[in-house]
Amino acid sequence: MSTGELVGSYIVPVHPHTVLAADQNEGWARLRDAFGEAAQRIKDSEADLLIIYSTTWPSIIGHQIIADPNPEWVMVDHDFHDLGSIPYSFNIDEQFAHAWNKANQKRGLKSRTVAYHGFPIDVGSVVALKLLNPDNAIPAVIVSSNVYANRAETTVLSKACMDVVRATGRKAVAVTAMSLSNRMFTKHIDPKDDKIHSLKDDEWNRKILEFLSEGRLEDVGQLSRTIHQQIRVNKVVAFKPMWWLSGMNQNRNNLTGEVLAYEAVHGAGAAVVHLDPAESGAGDKEYDEDDVEYFAGERNVLDAQETVDDVSEEASKLRSVETNGPELWEPTDKGESVNSQAAPKPVGAYPHARRVGDLLYLSGVGPRQPGTNAIPGGPIHDSDGVALDYDIKAQTHAVVENITRILEEAGGSIEDVLDVTSFLVDMDRDFKGYNEVWAETLGHVGPTRTTLAIRALPTPIAVEMKVIAKAPSLE
Amino acid sequence: MGLPMSKGEIVAGCLAPHPPHLVYAENPEQNEPTAEGGWEQLRWGYERLRASLADVEYDAIVLLSPHWQTYIGTHFLGLPSFKSLSVDPVFPNLFRYHYDLNIDVELSRQIHDRAHEAGLAVKMMENPDFRVDYGTITTGHMFNPAWDKPLVVVSSNRSRDYYSVEVMQEMMMELGRVTREAILASGKKVVVLASNSLSHRHFTTESAIPEDMSKEHITSHAMHLWDMRMIEYFRSGQAQRILDEMPEFTEQAIAESDGGGLSWLLSTLDIPKYPGILHGYGTIIGTGNAIVEWPERLHTEASE
Ligand SMILES: [Fe+2]
Repeated sequence: MSTGELVGSYIVPVHPHTVLAADQNEGWARLRDAFGEAAQRIKDSEADLLIIYSTTWPSIIGHQIIADPNPEWVMVDHDFHDLGSIPYSFNIDEQFAHAWNKANQKRGLKSRTVAYHGFPIDVGSVVALKLLNPDNAIPAVIVSSNVYANRAETTVLSKACMDVVRATGRKAVAVTAMSLSNRMFTKHIDPKDDKIHSLKDDEWNRKILEFLSEGRLEDVGQLSRTIHQQIRVNKVVAFKPMWWLSGMNQNRNNLTGEVLAYEAVHGAGAAVVHLDPAESGAGDKEYDEDDVEYFAGERNVLDAQETVDDVSEEASKLRSVETNGPELWEPTDKGESVNSQAAPKPVGAYPHARRVGDLLYLSGVGPRQPGTNAIPGGPIHDSDGVALDYDIKAQTHAVVENITRILEEAGGSIEDVLDVTSFLVDMDRDFKGYNEVWAETLGHVGPTRTTLAIRALPTPIAVEMKVIAKAPSLE
Repeated sequence: MGLPMSKGEIVAGCLAPHPPHLVYAENPEQNEPTAEGGWEQLRWGYERLRASLADVEYDAIVLLSPHWQTYIGTHFLGLPSFKSLSVDPVFPNLFRYHYDLNIDVELSRQIHDRAHEAGLAVKMMENPDFRVDYGTITTGHMFNPAWDKPLVVVSSNRSRDYYSVEVMQEMMMELGRVTREAILASGKKVVVLASNSLSHRHFTTESAIPEDMSKEHITSHAMHLWDMRMIEYFRSGQAQRILDEMPEFTEQAIAESDGGGLSWLLSTLDIPKYPGILHGYGTIIGTGNAIVEWPERLHTEASE
């Protein structure tokens, strides 16, 4: 099976000058040339998909993804209409758009596709696709920038996108259409007088570009809010594109970065930057924000009668227990350990699994969700130790899913399970539900089983399983 | 100033919000999607506004929409007509409208020129491929579905984003003053429309049937309180207090007055001390919207 991957990332400016007026200013011409260089690199990388995150397409109802296979119209900029019109006809990967939309919803995001005749593709996307993909050889997708989305939502958007890139085996290029400092001159200027609006904006832009040229994308992502306060006109509520792009790159800080051009466009900071996934020397992270796998959403505003305690089933499944349990550890990595990003982090110094000869020994697996650490079915008590109602069947299902993820990471499957020791904290209450889920899942596989009642588990969960499985062959 | 006979006049100034949901719910033939009604309180409000002005003669509509956003000064549509399809980039499921509208280019240019003389950055928009924004079209349609009056369409300068609400308001007060002067000097009778919502915090979800009114309500109590406070000022002739509280209102209610329309409108009306007529109030995906009219007869009575 081919595995999809990101073969490159680009940051490109949004204004129409590079398409319509590159001859009027030397800086604009250099930007245009840099676009040309980026286009050549994308071609050379044999990319088969361009993914555009555009800051000039704001949305309110979640994120929107263009799914019209051939959007055509004539774009005129709201401010720079006197530079002329840009007719466009693009090649959109409709299937990818729909798959991404579904993947967003799976991860808790509000999302929809857009395929209407005459839909106005935004200026940033039009400029990017015109110059990065002039002959439409590479199919593209375009996603909006939600005005209310913050880091969690934007990060999850990138993860959902990469779910589809991997599942469909694509060689994708991620593009953020954005300005750095976005403060333009508020008066008409002669093109030859163009420069960055202020020294302070210029200094911030250069700092951002220094980080990017060192491949420190996640650092720029973590500075997003500061950058927004310093050099961004408050068009939207945050400087989001670097959150998305960093998420697309697994929040890495050791990419290979190169600034292909940095110029002013009517005062705004315009840069063409290439970030290659090849590792470079930097890579140090001074601090980390929480990683997020699923979006838990806003309060359910459409149903006014619901109280905070009476949240939807989905939300209750994802009830977080971040402050309710022991410290989490990175899985240890010795000998033939098998560890999975897709499984919850350990609560001590041990790996997810270890191979011994033909057998795979798994550490005890509970229902906690990787990333969010949420407990499907809800925790058994709150952080004060007050007992809560929980769903043993949802918890048992989640345990089996986590076991599946670890075995798949090792190259095997749930079919390989040989022996299971199950631990329940409340045999009287939970055995029946646990046993039903067992019958539907592992029961079909047919491992031997022992079920024990114990007083407690280290996190507020009701069930854990200790698994021995056949190790997949090493060929 | 010219002779009284040739003097132009603002026959009414109105706050006339533009969520595309209103056009969607009306099911006009120009709009592609169809609805089972919805947002009736506001649509009845527009009906009352239209009835209120049914017997008033006027020549043109001057309209400022926050969805033609310009960062380099204020722009004016500068060609005699525009005809195309307007698709709302945010609610394309609700608004795909085939428009065909006429511009009073002469009056546009007169306002443009006076604004330029007053030192404001201005530009005429003369690119025939330009697509008119959905805010202009929604307010234009709801106010005058027959489209039988020429428009002057003014862009929303985003000076609030660049500087502050205070600077935005200063610029919009100036633009309002020169708009009024240009209208009076033109000899034309004109209706002035500010196209904006009041509190402007949206839901980020939409129900399966967008017009399901059992899901419609204000996003929060704080937003409601701000909207009611503004409406109280509208109805009691306290425009100056609206202007005084504009910074707090715009920031705390995330109000769409950030686009400058409301400040500009009150300035074109000489900051009315007489009550405005509230024709309707309602929420649209959580945002607060009021339809308010300040008729010329009350202006005249107040100045006598
Ligand atoms: Fe609006």
